[in-house]
Amino acid sequence: MSAMNTELRGTSLREADIREGRALVTEWHPKALYKFDAGIAVGQFLDGLKEGKLLGRKCNASGRVVIPPRMFCEISFQRSDEWVQLANTGTVNTFSVSFVNWDASRRETPQVPAVVDIDGTNPNMGILHLLGEVGETLDEVLQRVKVGMAVEAVWKPAEQREGAITDILYFRPVGGG
Amino acid sequence: MNKVAVLGAGTTRFMRRSLETGREMCWEAAQAALDDAGMTLDDIDCVVLGTAPDAFDGVHMKGEYLLDGAGAKGKPYTRVYVGGGTGVFMVPAGWWHVASGAFRTCLVLAEEKMSSTQPHPQGAFNAIYDPFTERPLGVNLLWIFSLEMNRYMQTYGIPVETIAKVAVKNKKNAKDHPASQVAGDFSVDEIVNSEVMAYPVMRLMVSPVTDGAAAMVLANEDFAKKKGGKHVWVDGVGWNLDTSYWTNRDLAYPQYVENAAKMAFKMAGIKDPRKEIHVVEPYDPFAYKELHHLEGLQLADKGEAPKRLEEGFWDRDTTTGIPASPSGGLLGVGNPIAAAGLMKAIEIYLQLAGKAGARQIKRSAQRGMAQAWGDLMQVGTVMIMGVEK
Repeated sequence: MSAMNTELRGTSLREADIREGRALVTEWHPKALYKFDAGIAVGQFLDGLKEGKLLGRKCNASGRVVIPPRMFCEISFQRSDEWVQLANTGTVNTFSVSFVNWDASRRETPQVPAVVDIDGTNPNMGILHLLGEVGETLDEVLQRVKVGMAVEAVWKPAEQREGAITDILYFRPVGGG
Repeated sequence: MNKVAVLGAGTTRFMRRSLETGREMCWEAAQAALDDAGMTLDDIDCVVLGTAPDAFDGVHMKGEYLLDGAGAKGKPYTRVYVGGGTGVFMVPAGWWHVASGAFRTCLVLAEEKMSSTQPHPQGAFNAIYDPFTERPLGVNLLWIFSLEMNRYMQTYGIPVETIAKVAVKNKKNAKDHPASQVAGDFSVDEIVNSEVMAYPVMRLMVSPVTDGAAAMVLANEDFAKKKGGKHVWVDGVGWNLDTSYWTNRDLAYPQYVENAAKMAFKMAGIKDPRKEIHVVEPYDPFAYKELHHLEGLQLADKGEAPKRLEEGFWDRDTTTGIPASPSGGLLGVGNPIAAAGLMKAIEIYLQLAGKAGARQIKRSAQRGMAQAWGDLMQVGTVMIMGVEK
């Protein structure tokens, strides 16, 4: 005889049970603040972004150029060797058309997150970013964006850059959308 | 190493929001498992607990908080955590406590109370992304899955309608599971035409937010033999993690799942998994993941799991294929993260013991495996059970 085939325990609540006071809850509103240190590799990467450059890091032992950069190589487990300035271009490894915000609220106009493999690195060496100038609806985006298409970074004006990943506004199809 | 037997298991119902606290759910699941095993807490030498981020419950050191409901007061107690992979990892973690010879018996317990987080637990997941290179882009959890799903579809030319059939199958299987939260009969059209959340992920291809707990009792050979009867044994365990730089990976293939599966096959002495595994519970938080994982588990060639799906190879009633997610999986039963993974391991135990009731598969089964996955899409956890012939 298995307990799994008998009546299981658990009392399911509905939102209305809480709204109408049939189930008691208490709320807590923590204010969690953090300051993260950029570290050595990402710190220099961010400095590069401010200057309008995408920087990768080369490991001679594994022969890889990686982005996002790290000061050590997780494959060779050696300290990596040099900074490499990469092109502002890449290919779309994959993309999505997102209608959901971080809090699960919905958005009218989708965001188009993508993994962009950056030219001058090893295969499957991408970063997460957004695509832009690719349409405002699902159909438009699916029409214009293809896996494997060439894209280029669109930068903020130099005086507005602050050393952040958002110094690149988005990537767009090479030669315009 | 000592042989490790499964003596009992149990779960709570899976619910969008439970009146019970996490501790209360733990107690209910533990009690159900002990009852199933015909044992009491006095028979338990140690307790292993799995639960996902503290941020869900809003309780720091959740392992300690849940301790009393987990039956761990005054006992050796360990919390293990590998994100979504935690639930199946509970079996390897319980196994090493007993296989090492350190303990005769181990109660493994998995709990999740996701409903506490407001407005939605998805917000708690944003902290998995890199604070410099990713979070400022306005990330949400669905992004990584929709990106991986699209890469998988594009690499092998898989239509979204085929992937939707995983949701159809699992939600239907779940109609026979007593814990089920989102079981039902759906058509492919209903799945594909449900709300687009992050294309190609539609709402009915995503598992729900769930509260629930699950538990299993493990024991060494001496203890199991003294109890008598025929037992289900843990034949192999495996786990493996890939890099956290998820944008630097092959997103079309879960190499870490292959590595974990091969570790478990080796331990279980399995040479030809497609012949020697008779039932499988691959992790299915998203419809595409079941197929992705069946390939990683070596039960289908790369890109071939969708074709097997179309042929009915993974159906619960198959007599020539390998039933996949006969429980109804996360897509049908629900997804209280750690508890969902353990529910899948429990399904293998029930199937091999012939105790799955209306869910009992039609083909004979001496060996089955369960697998879970998680963190930043980088961990594979696997367990293989077998029954005495």
